Amino acid sequence: MGLLSSTVSITRYRVEGRLEEPVPETMAKCLKKNAIPDIDDDVSDKTVGWTSFDKPFNPDFESSSFLIGTYFVFSLRIDKKTVPPSLIKKHCAMETARRLAATGRKYLSRDEKRMIKEHVTSVLTLRIPATPSVYDLIWNYEESVLWFFSTLKSANDELETLFFRSFQLPLIRLFPYTTADLVMGLSDTQRDILVKLSATDFTE
Amino acid sequence: MLDVAVSYNRYKFLGHEYLTWLWFVIEKGQHEIRKLEQEPVSLQIGNRIVLVNRQKDTVESITIKGDDAGLEEGILALRKGAVVTELNLSYKMGDQEWRFTVKAESLHMVGLKCPQTGSVESQEDIEGAVLEKVYLYDKAIQLTDNLFKQFITLRVSEDWDKKVVPLMRQWIYS
Repeated sequence: MGLLSSTVSITRYRVEGRLEEPVPETMAKCLKKNAIPDIDDDVSDKTVGWTSFDKPFNPDFESSSFLIGTYFVFSLRIDKKTVPPSLIKKHCAMETARRLAATGRKYLSRDEKRMIKEHVTSVLTLRIPATPSVYDLIWNYEESVLWFFSTLKSANDELETLFFRSFQLPLIRLFPYTTADLVMGLSDTQRDILVKLSATDFTE
Repeated sequence: MLDVAVSYNRYKFLGHEYLTWLWFVIEKGQHEIRKLEQEPVSLQIGNRIVLVNRQKDTVESITIKGDDAGLEEGILALRKGAVVTELNLSYKMGDQEWRFTVKAESLHMVGLKCPQTGSVESQEDIEGAVLEKVYLYDKAIQLTDNLFKQFITLRVSEDWDKKVVPLMRQWIYS
């Protein structure tokens, strides 16, 4: 779901720490280093990386295209190859029949069957193109706030991992406790009370 | 600060109480919402509320859907000890409307629909479109932040147990 979609879902984060100055150059360097690699001609079945917001299938971080107004705007891309199990089954059956005919045997050993399955899976993975999923994000650097345009757990987990790997800055998800503790400007006394709270019973 | 995973689970109830309080404020205290904004605004329950009642071994989920759905079943569920886990809201400012669902445990904003914006026809339009969208998303986020701030400030004060909870019980059992 993209930032410009008519309906969006947002997970909010707080970014802990600052980037090395000059910030736009550091950003460009980190984004380029962790840009999404192409796995179409590779045996990998999954890859994760950054891509440009306006060119998600042709990432370009050379210019400052990730800077819009005072925001950093770019996207997380997850490319996955999914080989249908029925296709693996069909090609395993074909390969098994071919080997049996070639050797004149009636059965294959368990190890041979496993090796055939591994071989078939990697050959098919190489032939199948990866399906991309793109998730936009906006980083308000001055306010240390990041909006990620997905609430999918898997996408959020990938974001947190890649973000830390790219920028060496932790992302803290803003759920009720972290929002209260980090964003609401509570005093130390109020934060002490917050830690000790327990659930209210509204029933009589 | 506490470990993030621990605090997520340990303080889930804050999200449930926040949405339950918000429902109460919308029903009984619109003046509190108007105080948060400089322009005339209205905040109403949208077309969906989800409540969950966890008894010893069972989990009962109650979903009320529909634009003009009666919320009596929800109140009844609150009387039985249910908590609000999702609340769809309609926020209006002048002739503009925002619609979105807030999830209690994560504070995720789901299905956020903002007022209509101009269409993007060329690459040059993108920058303006992004800034316009950010401005509109921020309006909804600011509203929920202000409401959450009001809630949490009350929640850590003596007024919560002394004044707010009795008023909410009165609302639930009226």
